[in-house]
Amino acid sequence: MEIPYTVKPRPDTGLWNAKIGIWLFLASEVMLFGGLFSAYVFLRFGAVPGTWPHGLLNIPVGTLNTAILIASSVSVVFAWAALKMRNFRRYQVFMGLTILCGAIFLGIKLGYEWPAKFHHFGAYINDDALYKYEAYLGNEFLAEEGEGRRRTEITGTFPTHEDHEAWENPEAKEFRLRLDAVNAEPTNPDNYLPHIFPRPQSDKVVTIQKEDVRWGSFFVPRHSSYFAVYYTITGLHGIHVLAGLIVFGYFMLPVSKRLYERDPEHMANRIEVVGLFWHFVDLVWIFAFPIFYLF
Amino acid sequence: MSDAHQPSDLSAAEKEHPVSVPHDAEHFHAHVKLYLGVGAALLLGTVVTVIVTQIHFGSEAMNIAVGLLVAAIKASLVILFFMHMKEEKGSIYQFMIPTTIIVAGLFLICALALVDHIKF
Repeated sequence: MEIPYTVKPRPDTGLWNAKIGIWLFLASEVMLFGGLFSAYVFLRFGAVPGTWPHGLLNIPVGTLNTAILIASSVSVVFAWAALKMRNFRRYQVFMGLTILCGAIFLGIKLGYEWPAKFHHFGAYINDDALYKYEAYLGNEFLAEEGEGRRRTEITGTFPTHEDHEAWENPEAKEFRLRLDAVNAEPTNPDNYLPHIFPRPQSDKVVTIQKEDVRWGSFFVPRHSSYFAVYYTITGLHGIHVLAGLIVFGYFMLPVSKRLYERDPEHMANRIEVVGLFWHFVDLVWIFAFPIFYLF
Repeated sequence: MSDAHQPSDLSAAEKEHPVSVPHDAEHFHAHVKLYLGVGAALLLGTVVTVIVTQIHFGSEAMNIAVGLLVAAIKASLVILFFMHMKEEKGSIYQFMIPTTIIVAGLFLICALALVDHIKF
């Protein structure tokens, strides 16, 4: 039996069924991501003023990934247009390109961006000990500037494995950290605006007393509200990219060629539907990129 | 039963490809150019969002507002052109508009954190 309304519009909705179906799904997706993005708003507005982290992500890499996702959105719409113009070879080329772009995006995210954070460490200093670390925090300078920002965190990497062990070991009293540029030169006035090109880590290694640390963590979800919501949203977005790639992969199988030969319009509609999902994934990234990388 | 379009006389394109070409193939050629233009605009928008972070618009909130404005323009381009919302039927608007309103309400509720701030 033929499935009804795969191509012809259904009289009551005026659309073929799959299109209504995907849009209903996208409406639920809007609610899903809307919930998480509004959680970001809540966490950010609820944070202690001036303490929301900035400049912890690599902007050029994020920009590159944004461009890759835009390119994939263009190529999936080209793949659909190729089917509409009845050119299956061209469809395969653009679908292949789309898959390639999606895979590169995911590779950069999971293979480079996330792991780069896992060995980066941040130590939040107790309020009553901030003065001891003023040389690395520069709060007097920030107060003079009147930006309403203050720094309570020292970030960097453990210079040796022993320092990491000292941090983990409850017996040890202190550990050392190789400072990030922002803590090495906290009074550098151009710390205010985000650095498009991340500044290299300094050679400055400082000793931090563990009793002065309110909370310390690698840049993993438990580090802060910022990283918690960053990993949640980019993680869920990554799952969507993966899901898109799986469906795209299915549409590269011989079954699609057979469907195309039997009913090209039905095949074009399938690609339109998966394309709608893919554009939505692009849409989420359009907002995720600035709120985590730039603001 | 097939819904595929079957024009009575074979065009050149049809002789080349075994399947039928819809009458509006020309229409899609025009669209391809439009999609390229939209893609270029999105790339430009991305570059603009990154560059405007280097301009101080008076306060952090203003910088965020400018960034969100660019993101909203980019999102509109994707929705209107790539997702064909411009030519879409009313039945989709019937549920997408209420969804948008509910999501906006969700953001509004969370923004109340500004009014009732956690005090330390």
